[in-house]
Amino acid sequence: MIEQIIFYALAAIIAICSVLAVTTRKIIRSATYLLFVLLSTAGIYLLLSYHFLAMVQIAVYAGGVMVLFIFSILLTHQPGVDVQFEKPGRMVLSGLAALAGLGLCGHIIYHNVEKVYQYVDFGEIEMTKIGFALMGTDKYQYLLPFEAVSLLLLACIIGAIMIARKR
Amino acid sequence: MNNIPLEACLAVSTIMFFAGVYGFLSRKNMLMVLVSLELMLNAADLNFVVFNRYLFPNQMEGMFFTLFAVAIAAAETAVAIAIIINIYRNVKSVYIDENITTMKN
Repeated sequence: MIEQIIFYALAAIIAICSVLAVTTRKIIRSATYLLFVLLSTAGIYLLLSYHFLAMVQIAVYAGGVMVLFIFSILLTHQPGVDVQFEKPGRMVLSGLAALAGLGLCGHIIYHNVEKVYQYVDFGEIEMTKIGFALMGTDKYQYLLPFEAVSLLLLACIIGAIMIARKR
Repeated sequence: MNNIPLEACLAVSTIMFFAGVYGFLSRKNMLMVLVSLELMLNAADLNFVVFNRYLFPNQMEGMFFTLFAVAIAAAETAVAIAIIINIYRNVKSVYIDENITTMKN
């Protein structure tokens, strides 16, 4: 029962804050609403008992990405100036497109997702299992994508410095 | 979580995704477009995790896919913000309009 209440509270926070994040006029508020959405998503991961994933979400998104966002907002915007919107015709058109997609996906989810799937209380995945899966080379083990991601991060660091340096 | 249906989780991520689509199409500010992109990526991550938990609770493919997607999203954001700061330094504006026609100077 208490889990249900927590889930629906998190769902309401996600729905309201994600709509507010794309409709507000102040860009720093938009970043703050995005932070609320990311933290609530971490809460849903915790409810689904993916504790490691929730910690990664908080550390990488709420820690790293949001600091980058706020840093770049403060670098490129005058404080207190509202951001401009698209032309009204474009906004109506994009709102219609988003509503149409929402209606289509909602219809599919409501009618076509089978209702026989039940949540199985499987408990938390142990950290040793995650560690072995990240560091192994067998089937269902992920050393190769792990190394590929580390190479990608190195390339991103070098690329970001090359793009943003002063000439 | 025993009495929360699969559809509720999917409805949450659908609302998040289409809020991101609306923002992506309707904003002219590059940082707002990036915020919308993060919303869409986050909705996709939530879908992976929810399907993994409800359909295959003794496997962890969806969890690892989300883990790598989070890492790649962070890298993508870093590069995008570097590009935006560079554009701001060149044309003194972060709006997607006619004065950004050439990236090479």
